[in-house]
Amino acid sequence: MAVRKKRCVAMLLAGGQGSRLGVLTKYRAKPAVPFGGKYKIIDFPLSNCANSGIDTVGVLTQYQPLELNTYIGTGAPWDLDSSTGGAFVLPPYMKATSGEWYSGTANAIYQNMYFVDRYDPQLLLVLSGDHIYKMDYRRLIAFHEKNQADCTIAVMRVPMSEASRFGILNTDADLRVVEFDEKPAQPKNDLASMGIYVFTWQRLREFLIADEEDENSSHDFGKNVLPAMLDAGCRMFAYPFDGYWKDVGTAQSLWESNMELLEPDPAIALSDESWRIYARSANEPPHYIGPTAEVSSSLISEGCEVYGKVENSVLFSGVTVEAGALVKDSVVMSGTKVASGAQVQRSIIDENCRIREGALVGDGENLTVLGSDVQVEPEAKVKPGDWIAPKSVIAKGGE
Amino acid sequence: MLQDVCALVYAGEENPNLRDLVMSRSVAALPVGGRYRAIDFLLSNMVNSGIRNVGIITQKNFKSLSDHLGSGKEWDLSRKKDGLFMLPPFDSTSSAHLYRGMCDAIHSKLDYLEKASQSYCLLTGSYTVYSADYELMMKAHLEHNADITMLYSQEPLDFPGQERFKDVRVSTDEEGRVRDLEVDSNNMRSPKLGMDVYLVKKSLLEYLVQNSCARGGYRFVSDVLIPNLRNLRIFAVRHDGYVQRLHSVYAYYKLNMDMLDSKVRKDLFRPGRPVYTKIKDEPPVRYMEGAHINNCILGDGCELYGSAEGSVLFRGVALGRGARAKNSIIGQGTAVGENCELENVITDKYVRIRKGVRLIGTPQFPVIIRKGAVI
Repeated sequence: MAVRKKRCVAMLLAGGQGSRLGVLTKYRAKPAVPFGGKYKIIDFPLSNCANSGIDTVGVLTQYQPLELNTYIGTGAPWDLDSSTGGAFVLPPYMKATSGEWYSGTANAIYQNMYFVDRYDPQLLLVLSGDHIYKMDYRRLIAFHEKNQADCTIAVMRVPMSEASRFGILNTDADLRVVEFDEKPAQPKNDLASMGIYVFTWQRLREFLIADEEDENSSHDFGKNVLPAMLDAGCRMFAYPFDGYWKDVGTAQSLWESNMELLEPDPAIALSDESWRIYARSANEPPHYIGPTAEVSSSLISEGCEVYGKVENSVLFSGVTVEAGALVKDSVVMSGTKVASGAQVQRSIIDENCRIREGALVGDGENLTVLGSDVQVEPEAKVKPGDWIAPKSVIAKGGE
Repeated sequence: MLQDVCALVYAGEENPNLRDLVMSRSVAALPVGGRYRAIDFLLSNMVNSGIRNVGIITQKNFKSLSDHLGSGKEWDLSRKKDGLFMLPPFDSTSSAHLYRGMCDAIHSKLDYLEKASQSYCLLTGSYTVYSADYELMMKAHLEHNADITMLYSQEPLDFPGQERFKDVRVSTDEEGRVRDLEVDSNNMRSPKLGMDVYLVKKSLLEYLVQNSCARGGYRFVSDVLIPNLRNLRIFAVRHDGYVQRLHSVYAYYKLNMDMLDSKVRKDLFRPGRPVYTKIKDEPPVRYMEGAHINNCILGDGCELYGSAEGSVLFRGVALGRGARAKNSIIGQGTAVGENCELENVITDKYVRIRKGVRLIGTPQFPVIIRKGAVI
């Protein structure tokens, strides 16, 4: 296959388990977690690539990759099925003498160095598949080139009280990074790394090889490679970003960021035609709102059938809400059915659950989470705040 | 799976009964059901039945149809071998005229048929909407040892045919063999109404079409089928599901309104037989506080502040605060201003209705607003 030289290749780290999402990531990697009625988290970085004119994206998978692999396919939904580039799912593989899992973010790129080299790119864009945001990477790249940087890290201002959860960058007045503090106990600054890096590829390559040889390294960008680059005097800059950016790493933050979409003027506008977020289509018919339905302040996707009350909620494709059922302050994923008289409040319900007649899930206070294919039998109750494992059956009286 | 069948769709019909709706598009490209074009149902039937080679004969106004179909990717018809073929008019000296009928159209595209490696052809017009498994049609075809098999549906004799279009009444014997066909008859005798779809051996079709055109017969039913009722074993198979024929504005209106009926939706959108269409990547529908939506189907990307009842809202409709739409079809990307009142209205794509406008039609004679109009 002819390979054309690329100015920039993107590598998307999509191997994370997202263990704090619990029952929602038992059978899928975090980037495959559904969001916003028709998307998966990974649609955001992939669409950002497509909209930024980056047509070669390696997607590094590891944990539960099946759902992600089938979802990405040839990359056509994101316009990435190009003849000179494309979307490539890159799982760890066996080499002649050994085979190993990706041991860290830097190691994942190291193991795919030959993939990147095929395109002989000037720049490597490293992304994570964990965040909801819209970013024009062209601006980040222009900033990197203007500064003749070796590495540029996108940063956000975060509240000082939360700064110790992030990688904090201390910079000089020109935004050149002087110190990289990974999750500091005493942060000196509020500029947090967003996990979005641009590297001058040949420069990064040297450091990846050196890092691989260091037995004491955990082969992580934040912990090892970035500090090593700084120590060696590399030109590292912080690119300030002030748009919406959300790490949906916990069930609570996933629920919150879905709820934020329901505000009258949401911080992340999905209807922006100039920056579409693409997703693989479910190919379902338009949704139907029945004569007895009451729907307000909600997002509803194709294929839904609603006869009951839906308030302040996000319904993914193919959800049924029968007459007399109530769905309030909740996120209900594809194919789930809420039968008549059932109530779902302040909950995240994963795909293909059955909430039978008169069942109660959650209350108005604690976030309740149901994994996929859970059956809640008639009149049964799921205790508010509980997390129910996929495929469980909740019987009446057996809370 | 019908691997040995290619399909030929005649999308060149002109039906003035559809008034402004076909001003700038063919019947096949009529928007229906909140996110589809009429032809999506036929193409999905074909693809779901395993047909992988589809030719579309176009005539006038086919820009909208070609935009919609593109390479056929969304129907899985963008293939190395076979796939979707647009067959435009006026592409050779022998077809430098308007088609005088479906037979004439096929005659000018015989090269497509010749090239197709399949031995059967499924021939259809483009104005019917239904979900059917053509494998069952093939099964009946083989069982009857038929030369040609057609589908029909049972319709009342007083079928609201005020504005008829390609109304083919079928009379059969007990076995199902077609004994008589009447086209647009004023004195119709049979409740069996043809669905404008025929299954036939490719070699026979080629022979019949050449033979008929050579003698100045350019219409398929009148000039090919009717003169051959005795010589050929023509069979009609009943389709029991929902069928709508887009023969008039009323039929168009009715098709959209019928989709509000869950029985019709279940019939048209069967499990495992999806209806494919062009993907627009619109976000889910946003229901704002104060929106009142009842008995409606809605395509993605709508933003709703007002109320709607008994209506079909296509992708990307904006409904302003206090606006009320009733028994209406609101076309893609249409913006209905604050406090508007619409009843029995069909708006085409990208219509702007300014604040406070009232438009009231009747089901038999809905108000039609042309594409892009500002009211």
